[in-house]
Amino acid sequence: MAIRVIKPGMLTTIQDAGRWGFQARGVPVAGPMDSVSHRVANALVGNDPGAATLEITLLGPELEFESERVVAVAGAEFELALDGRPARVNAPFVVAAGSHLQFVARRRGTRAYLAVSGGVATPIVLGSRATHLVSAMGGCGGRALKAGDRLPLGDSAPGATSAHALAAPVVALPEGDATLRVLPGPQDDYFAADALDALQSAPYVVGPNSDRMGFRLEGPRLAHARGADIISDATPLGALQVPASGQPILLMADRQTTGGYPKIATVITADMATAGQLGPGDAISFVACTARDALAALIAQERALMALEADGGRVRL
Amino acid sequence: MSVPRVVAAGDSALVVEFDAHVDPVINDRAISLSDAIRSAGIGGIRDVVPTYRSVAVYFDPLRTDYDALVKRVEREASTPSIQPGTARALLRIPVCYGGDFGPDLAGVAAFARLSEQEVVGLHGASTYRVFMLGFVPGFAYMGVVDSRIAMPRRATPRVRVPLGSVGIAGAQTGIYPAETPGGWQVIGRTPIKPFDPQRVEPFLLQAGDAVRFDAISREEFDQWPSA
Repeated sequence: MAIRVIKPGMLTTIQDAGRWGFQARGVPVAGPMDSVSHRVANALVGNDPGAATLEITLLGPELEFESERVVAVAGAEFELALDGRPARVNAPFVVAAGSHLQFVARRRGTRAYLAVSGGVATPIVLGSRATHLVSAMGGCGGRALKAGDRLPLGDSAPGATSAHALAAPVVALPEGDATLRVLPGPQDDYFAADALDALQSAPYVVGPNSDRMGFRLEGPRLAHARGADIISDATPLGALQVPASGQPILLMADRQTTGGYPKIATVITADMATAGQLGPGDAISFVACTARDALAALIAQERALMALEADGGRVRL
Repeated sequence: MSVPRVVAAGDSALVVEFDAHVDPVINDRAISLSDAIRSAGIGGIRDVVPTYRSVAVYFDPLRTDYDALVKRVEREASTPSIQPGTARALLRIPVCYGGDFGPDLAGVAAFARLSEQEVVGLHGASTYRVFMLGFVPGFAYMGVVDSRIAMPRRATPRVRVPLGSVGIAGAQTGIYPAETPGGWQVIGRTPIKPFDPQRVEPFLLQAGDAVRFDAISREEFDQWPSA
């Protein structure tokens, strides 16, 4: 009833919907960088949306399954080999006890999510199995997977799995660049009058020191009007905080709970899955939108996910 | 005191901002509002985070009517808190100052032009308020440090600061709840863990707490039950 890690891949962590409710005590939320693909993978194997999956970054792992399970991979597009034979992403497939699943080559996107029927069942810490690397909390000892790790699995639900492969991925994978919509604020009034225009004037490149905490962006300089320090306040997912350099940092899943830099704008929730598929060297164009646009986009995304989740349970293992 | 301002922080969070000062009275308002929102049982709320002078409310936009939430939060914010601050007892935290545990004690003494003993005396003489938690799980930003020993952060942060280290950064003091990089002036160490996920109550401190530090010897540190 476990997965054995033969090769860990570059950065493979256990993630669930995140560790909510403890930010007042300084505990970061963590969770998937692309929470939509995480949910898609769970839906394809008939899991609850919050079941723990493996987040796989750029170079995938090799895994051995100790028991028969339904598995699905969503998000970044990888070539998969199941006991040497090709397997498909965005579709559920059965792995037999003793099978080896290899992530061979990555075609597009940065992060894939591997869901296993029953979910990964590592211990729950403060209500979540999500791995937070900096505080070494959750997942497999609070760290990325290593060769030799044995990941316990939950009881497999009796054969609930989607009959269908996805016609198209729910998160459109960026091809080196992406447009992300932003809402101004919460501290846009700390910036020069033309800073919001500057943010939208040319693409930003995701810098090499970007990670699960945040993307350090390189592009048009954003000028402060009232200095680069604020009294530390909360740091939402998707916020663009701007230190004195004028180069924004896009706050991602592992962000700290608070920070002392003003935040000029915040990426809308519906576009954060796309952001999670970006990596160093990719480009981001920011475009301002309205709260109404943001909600409409989120509702459309939720409808697609709910349709997929309702589709589960058609075939039995 | 002015009326708080409610601003959207993206489509899934809002921030209630009180006056932009580090001030126990303002901080009390933020903590009281946070407690009020938490206990109001408003649907769709995921997390409530009080800071020095603001409260962030994280919500699920698909389950929350934003305008109604803003009205509700504004109503809670305009209701003066009955009991200022939280009713938790004063926490006394033992600290073994100096030596290997406090590599920056000599530097703080030089900064203050005082003896190390006088620095320890001043650090232990104040009752500190926990203004907020952040940085890493269980890290409490406490103040206000006596201005004579309020030395700024180190020019170059340390790569590793041990668990339990007690430091000063300007007017703030705090305890490292885990071994992390850090730039605070480390003057001592406590045998008490500010954060232990295995403990029934994982967190030692919460915003609004009052804290005092008591000097202990190395021998007492080594024999401390929770060390």
